[in-house]
Order: sequence, then C-alpha cells, then structure tokens
Amino acid sequence: MELQLISFIILGIIAIASALSTVLNRHPIYSAMSLILHFFALAGIYLTLQSQFIAVLQILVYAGAIMVLVVFVIMLLNLNEEEKRKLIVQSRHSFGIIIVAIFAIMLVVYLTTGVFHYPNEGDFSTMFGAKALGDLLFKQHLAAFEVVGILLLAAIIGAMVMAKKKLID
Amino acid sequence: MNALPIELYLGLSAIIFCIGALGVIFRRNAIIIFMSIELMLNSVNLTFITFSRYLGEQTGQIFVLFVMAVAAAESAIGLAIILALFRRKQTVYVDEVNLLKN
Repeated sequence: MELQLISFIILGIIAIASALSTVLNRHPIYSAMSLILHFFALAGIYLTLQSQFIAVLQILVYAGAIMVLVVFVIMLLNLNEEEKRKLIVQSRHSFGIIIVAIFAIMLVVYLTTGVFHYPNEGDFSTMFGAKALGDLLFKQHLAAFEVVGILLLAAIIGAMVMAKKKLID
Repeated sequence: MNALPIELYLGLSAIIFCIGALGVIFRRNAIIIFMSIELMLNSVNLTFITFSRYLGEQTGQIFVLFVMAVAAAESAIGLAIILALFRRKQTVYVDEVNLLKN
C-alpha cells in the first residue's frame, strides 16, 4: 500500500508537471521532450495498475514511434521560438474555460464527499498480460483488428499523398 | 495486495485532460496543438485502464490497443497536414491560416 501510494504520487506529479510544460513551452522541441517524459510517467502509472503489457506498448508506440515522427517534423520545419503575445480571451476560448470549470467542480465533489471505491484485490497481472490479451484480441475482436489494419493502411497512403512536394490543386 | 482508490486515478486523468484541452484552445502553434491532442487521448487511455483494473475486466485494455492504433494513424495524417501547410503558407501558426475565410 505504502509503496504503491508513494510511487503513484511521484509519477502523478511528474505526469502533471511535464504535461504543463508541454503546453506552456514556447519552443516546440522542448514541448516534445517533456511530452516524452509524460509518456514514461504514464507508463509507470499503468504499471501500478498491473497492466504491464499496455505500459510496454505505451513506451513503444507513443514514446517511440509517434514522438520520433513529431521530433522529425519539428527539425524539418526549422521553427523559431514563438514570440510573446498578449493573451486576449476571445469567445472561442469559452469552450475550454467551461470544460475546465466542469472538471474542477467534479474533482472538488469527488474529494469532498470522501466516498472512495477500491478495486478488487488480487493479482490481475496474468489476466492483463500479453498472452491473455492476445487471446481475447484474436478470438473475439478479430473483425475490429482487421478494420484497424485497413485504417492504418489508409492513413499511410493519405500521409504520403499529403506530404508530396506538389499538392494537386 | 491492497490497491489505491480509483478516484485518485480518475482525478489525475481529469487534470491531464484539462491541461490538454487548454493547450488545444489557447496555443497558436499547430504542432503544440497536436501534442495537446495526444495528451487528451492519453488521459482517456488512463481512464480505460483504471476501470479495467477496477472491474477486473480485460475489454478496457483492448479498447486502449485500438485507441493507440487510431492515435498512430492520426499522428501520421496530422503531421502530413502540418508539413503541407508549412510548404504552402510558410507558417505553423493556426491564426495566420485563413485560406477558407473569404
């Protein structure tokens, strides 16, 4: 219990701090680096939930593949630091303010009612392992798996068409 | 093995989602908006995994697999759009792009 709580608090603080630094940094390459840190912290949080397969996949797919692509594009574009500009709250920002207000109210209600739900005790690590998940994926969700393959193929072709030198007008 | 209450995980997920939403709305740089979308997707993944652990159910983990695949496809397309935009307009700031305005 103690170890789990301590590791959750440390990883949670790292996750929130690196998420804030992702959003607030003015140069995109620093944002990308803190986003990688955020993905690693989130993988650690998945480990405290006994989901080691998803944690490994998080590091492989997000911190590996997606962030390499993002850093590659940032270097390709050779961007400068964004200049400081006075923030003017416009009407289109009200959506974000409403979302944050709703979530803040939810958090306060959660933490003040003091009713906490504890998950089932026990060892779920074999159930959330690669073998059991692969069994489920290829037996019950085979159609969805194939559709995701088609989606990825379409995305690759679309990205190639989009990134070509001459866009067809 | 005792476990933490799920409210802690859900609260963390809500905070990360809020940070991502604020980033999408208040930033001008298209790449940072893109990374904020990844933050929001990740917080939803955290919620799926929390409930999967809470219920002792594997389906949440399968959902996370599919969300990851869709996020990979989205990142390829999104970055290609940003590249094409930079080729045409020499900018990645979304408030300087008004091709469809007039």
